[in-house]
Amino acid sequence: MSGAEKLRVRVSEITPINALVTRFRFERCDDKELPTFSGGAHTVVEMQDDGVTRLNPYSLMSDPYDQSSYTISVRRDDTGRGGSLFMHQRVKAGDEMTISYPVNLFSLDLRARKHLFIAGGIGITPFLAQIHQLERFNSQWELHYACRGKSLGSYADELTSRHPNQTHIYFDDQSQTIDLPHLLEGQPLGTHVYVCGPKGMIDWVRNTASAQGWPQDNIHYEEFVSPQPGKPFEVKLSVSNKTIQVGEHESLLEAMEREGVDAPYLCRGGACGQCETAVIGYDGKFIHRDHWLEPQEHKSGQKIMPCVSRFEGKTLVLDR
Amino acid sequence: MTIQFNDESFRDDYSFHNSERALKRFPFPFHEDSYMYSVNMEQHRGGPADSVYEMRFDVDEHYVSEMKDRAIVLDQDPLRCQSLPHMTLAGWDLLELIMVSKSEDYPDLFELHRDGDHWRWINRPLGIDDSFTFLDETTLPYGPMEYITRQAQGDFAVLDQRDDMLWMDAGMVTTQADWSLDFDIGMNFFEWHAPVPKAHEMGIFVRALKFLLNIQQGAPARRLNWTMTVNPLLDTSPENYHKWGIQKTTLTPENIGRKQHLRVELQTFYRLPRSNALVFPIRCYLCAFEDLTAVPKWGRRLHRVVRDLPVELATYKGFIDNRPLMLDYLSQFDDGLPTSSGIWPDRESEPPLQK
Repeated sequence: MSGAEKLRVRVSEITPINALVTRFRFERCDDKELPTFSGGAHTVVEMQDDGVTRLNPYSLMSDPYDQSSYTISVRRDDTGRGGSLFMHQRVKAGDEMTISYPVNLFSLDLRARKHLFIAGGIGITPFLAQIHQLERFNSQWELHYACRGKSLGSYADELTSRHPNQTHIYFDDQSQTIDLPHLLEGQPLGTHVYVCGPKGMIDWVRNTASAQGWPQDNIHYEEFVSPQPGKPFEVKLSVSNKTIQVGEHESLLEAMEREGVDAPYLCRGGACGQCETAVIGYDGKFIHRDHWLEPQEHKSGQKIMPCVSRFEGKTLVLDR
Repeated sequence: MTIQFNDESFRDDYSFHNSERALKRFPFPFHEDSYMYSVNMEQHRGGPADSVYEMRFDVDEHYVSEMKDRAIVLDQDPLRCQSLPHMTLAGWDLLELIMVSKSEDYPDLFELHRDGDHWRWINRPLGIDDSFTFLDETTLPYGPMEYITRQAQGDFAVLDQRDDMLWMDAGMVTTQADWSLDFDIGMNFFEWHAPVPKAHEMGIFVRALKFLLNIQQGAPARRLNWTMTVNPLLDTSPENYHKWGIQKTTLTPENIGRKQHLRVELQTFYRLPRSNALVFPIRCYLCAFEDLTAVPKWGRRLHRVVRDLPVELATYKGFIDNRPLMLDYLSQFDDGLPTSSGIWPDRESEPPLQK
């Protein structure tokens, strides 16, 4: 079986947060306690969407030590492949769903003397759980959170009222921006910086910190990309001896699963490396979208991450 | 089934012994008539009734005496238990995992009562009844990892996971096969495995690390490892090599059946939920050659494995000098008949010794 262990849950509460973001609360169907987790963990939510199984990862935002329920926040993406729309439009309170055990690919480094969080938009969610965890141990942290405007600043008010001294909010529509070089320069030794948000923001923080001489081990980021639609293509799977078609709106991983090929995965967002697959032969070009493989591996034509990457061309043969 | 705890020693007079029941459940590590390294992992989700695989943390007849031996080792050398400052949360994770598992798996021996963070832990075999506040170190007599591992058989390596690497940042190590926590503390996975021969060339550690990094909550794994020990010593540490190394020269054809032990480690791996660290319990089982060879299949197979093991491995495992003596003894129990596959004794179906 691929992926993490599964949990059957009931949607106990659906709360609209603003025009784009909705929060979902899950409780166990058997009314037992949920497992505790570590801040930064995500769960993979299974959606049965008219015969198509969608598996989307969402950061757990609730207190990791609250075993009565988990919460996630889903930002509606009107141009995406439909996972967030399914959550927003089709999921109702009382529905039963399957989610995975927590998996953490964005863990706190507990050696840190101070944790500096930089969030953009919906990237705030893993930090909400991490803040709960750190507050429990009176650890030192500080949050800098950029959002489009007051009306779309999910949880900005709550954070400000609960942690006025640690929370700093920046509204794009008021031309407020994080003074990053200054912020990074002023940090005490032993600080770890964590960034979660759009790709541009992640690159900005990583590059600025590196340029200032921050150790690589002290810079943490989480960037899940979601699979993008693309031209359909055909793949030959040599181990399972099958030739399969990947549709416009599904990923290569999803197509393999649809055909009953058990392919490993965890994050489904190009970050964890679980689904790495060897290429046996190809005639065409790869559209690599993951953060796992090194640039030279992307160029080599020997590996692909089927959760987010695609192919255009005549033939592709994979070791799967 | 009730457990009758032995009163026995793992030093001085070596009164350690296995009952018939303990022999029957001994984790014989060879599934075929030869041995080579492999990443022989499987899921750790129970196993046959009364086997060492059945429970999450096996408790057997040696429990009370092993815990007494651990206390002696710690008294003489406190550095056998260490935890770097950032590993305290992982220590609580481990305490929770062991207390929950043992109280559920052995309700007649252990009880855990939880009211929020107010916990009461009852360990009947060791006569402990403590109340404490979960996540508050000041309410326990030791740090959380030390507290619970003074009450759990086997060694425990607690590994932090950072930057796609595992780090030996905490542990309780008193029953080890010749490695030192004090030496390895703070090292990464490749550093602490550097002394192992052949496996690096075989790419074993790269694959093993990849597997371990991906062990997830709720999905523990296990494997067996083995070596040889003269006299039933739990503490075969580098720190005490001057005490036990010399004992390897005391083997004679007359005493080898009694003195020479096969030492098997049941290694399990759990993701710890609150810290995202990994715990690696290494449980040691000892069995004298004379007991092992009473099982016809094991006698045949042990002879063949010891005979055919590559020189590097026999050297690394520390019995190359005694191998001729071992083979003289073990050959009595090998009649050349084929053996059934798998580790189980198969006493009903395997023929008795034909010589």
